[in-house]
Amino acid sequence: MTLAFNPSQPPMPPDRLLQLDDVGVHFPTRDGLVKAVNGVSYHVNKGEVLGIVGESGSGKSVTARSIMRLQPKNAINASGTIRFRRKSGEELLINEQDRLSRTMRDLRGNEIGMIFQEPMTALSPVHTIGTQIARTVMLHRKVSKAEARARAIELLGKVQMPRPNDIVDRYPHHLSGGMRQRAMIALALACDPALLIADEPTTALDVTTEAQILELLKQLKDEMNMAIVFITHNFGVVADIADRVAVMYLGRVVETGTVDEIFYEPKHPYTQALLQSIPRLGQSHGRRLRTIAGMVPDPFNVPTGCSFHPRCMKAVGGVCDVQTPDDVLFPSGQRARCHYAGQTALAEAAQ
Amino acid sequence: MLSYIGRRLMWAIPTLIFVSFISFVIIQLPPGDFVTAYAAQLRNSGDYITEAQEAALRAEWGLNDPLLVQYWRWISNIIFYGDFGRSLEWNSAVSDLIWERLGLTLAISTLSMVFTWLIAIPVGVYSATRQYSVFDYVFTVFGFLGKGVPDFLLALILMWMTFVWLNMDVGGLVSPQFEGQPWDLAKFGNMLTHIWIPLLVLATGGAAGLIRVMRANMLDELRKPYVETAYAQGFGERTVVWRYPVRVALNPFISTVGWALPALFSGDVITAVVLNLPTTGPLLLQALKMQDMYLAGSFILILSVFTVIGTVLSDILLALSDPRIRFS
Repeated sequence: MTLAFNPSQPPMPPDRLLQLDDVGVHFPTRDGLVKAVNGVSYHVNKGEVLGIVGESGSGKSVTARSIMRLQPKNAINASGTIRFRRKSGEELLINEQDRLSRTMRDLRGNEIGMIFQEPMTALSPVHTIGTQIARTVMLHRKVSKAEARARAIELLGKVQMPRPNDIVDRYPHHLSGGMRQRAMIALALACDPALLIADEPTTALDVTTEAQILELLKQLKDEMNMAIVFITHNFGVVADIADRVAVMYLGRVVETGTVDEIFYEPKHPYTQALLQSIPRLGQSHGRRLRTIAGMVPDPFNVPTGCSFHPRCMKAVGGVCDVQTPDDVLFPSGQRARCHYAGQTALAEAAQ
Repeated sequence: MLSYIGRRLMWAIPTLIFVSFISFVIIQLPPGDFVTAYAAQLRNSGDYITEAQEAALRAEWGLNDPLLVQYWRWISNIIFYGDFGRSLEWNSAVSDLIWERLGLTLAISTLSMVFTWLIAIPVGVYSATRQYSVFDYVFTVFGFLGKGVPDFLLALILMWMTFVWLNMDVGGLVSPQFEGQPWDLAKFGNMLTHIWIPLLVLATGGAAGLIRVMRANMLDELRKPYVETAYAQGFGERTVVWRYPVRVALNPFISTVGWALPALFSGDVITAVVLNLPTTGPLLLQALKMQDMYLAGSFILILSVFTVIGTVLSDILLALSDPRIRFS
């Protein structure tokens, strides 16, 4: 079956692995409805790394969990489609799947792997590393215990764990943070997934370990021809690992482009402001670091119009605070959700 | 692991010696000694011994020896001959009194503990995984009721209800006509009609508290990231819950399972008294009331020894179940 399930949507291009269109996830709370994800669209091609950047609360993790259908139980899937190309080639409409459905369980750990922020607590404290990996292998593949264990050792070697034969029988508390994250990666890769979702996998690690883990992920990606959705709030990490970048703000993707486009020709004022607020070595002393004015608005009172307009230096009254901007598509494929995308750059050049 | 067990056992020995010494001191604490009590007993039955005879008895039984020598005599009798001394109140060997009731005590207590766990763990897990569901509230109400109603009151109510509605007398272990009879099938069947009340009373009382503990532990564990990891591997809900968080949430249970050992021995004293059960609990109560010092002292010793052994057992079980304990 290569037909798309939804006749209103054209089928995904053949090299497309994952595509989100207008995904909305809401949470009912005592104080009202929180639209944590409010119309997110992005896609990932086979073997590609998509970096997703955004502040806390921008909805990047919730979106990623929607792909896995592992949202909190009170989440409401308000809108949109999530399509995934399975190993068999068929398109699966993930947003129609139930959290605990057979299909989702087949997908998780098998075709989509996931690694988490906290390597300290994301592994079971009472099982050995080997047991945890072997269980996943045995769940998705018809192999014996001995074969699963051999696979675990092989995977530990693959993530460059020292002495895999020894580590396989170790418990998480025997390992350092970096080693635990390696074990976590080995676990996520147990069944050669086509897609790896990495939710801030290096945030809890020190800088040296972070660099090692990023290097490892890049190697594994090439080796296994795997796509990665890499969620982070750190632009430096994105520059290091991503092929394309999606910038999120308040539950929306405000800008998408290749990593070069985002860093050298950011079109959205939010992206520009974010990039300017990164401290750089060699910057003249005494110059104050640029910051973004104001605070992230609270999710119950999302500003009307463009949700970034209260903090935007380029906001135009009567437009930005009234109309919600659409994506502006550039010839290169870059997209920015700003009324003046492209024009701001022109205006600056003219000045 | 072996060295851990060895170390725990090594530490248990000085503790046991210390505990037994304290028990002996407690036996010696009441004014007078065994001979005084013996003389009083004889006087009560109209007999009479002189001061000189008393002194002779004291010398014969070594009651004038230093405390440590007496302690050694007492403890070595217990260790080498199983002789705990005599109960003045019952006028028979303490060991006979205790062993006679021990089998039944252990049976009732073990069964009720097994029932407690069988009820508490699944219900606690259910309540935590379906927090704020209808059944969670039902179990919560039941839990607080079970915790709030004293066991003996529940026992009384049950006895009254079975008496009024079923016209059955369920007090005691067997009906009066079987009392003192040798055990046969009829007596065993009769016992089954009695024993469900203490089991029910003890199991519900215990389970009510444990459900709350299990629910709280599970709620803590279910929020931990490793649970999400397990889901992300593709495991179904049941597999995730029972393989991962339950394993960790059981640890506080395991670390207290050892205390069940002394509790098994003393049983629930008040419930046993109310239900007129021939277990060790009422015997202990009686011994304390009558200052029956050898009996009471033996109880204290046995309870303490069980506590020490139980704690060691708990530690070993916990180390087996939680690798982090072994590590430190």
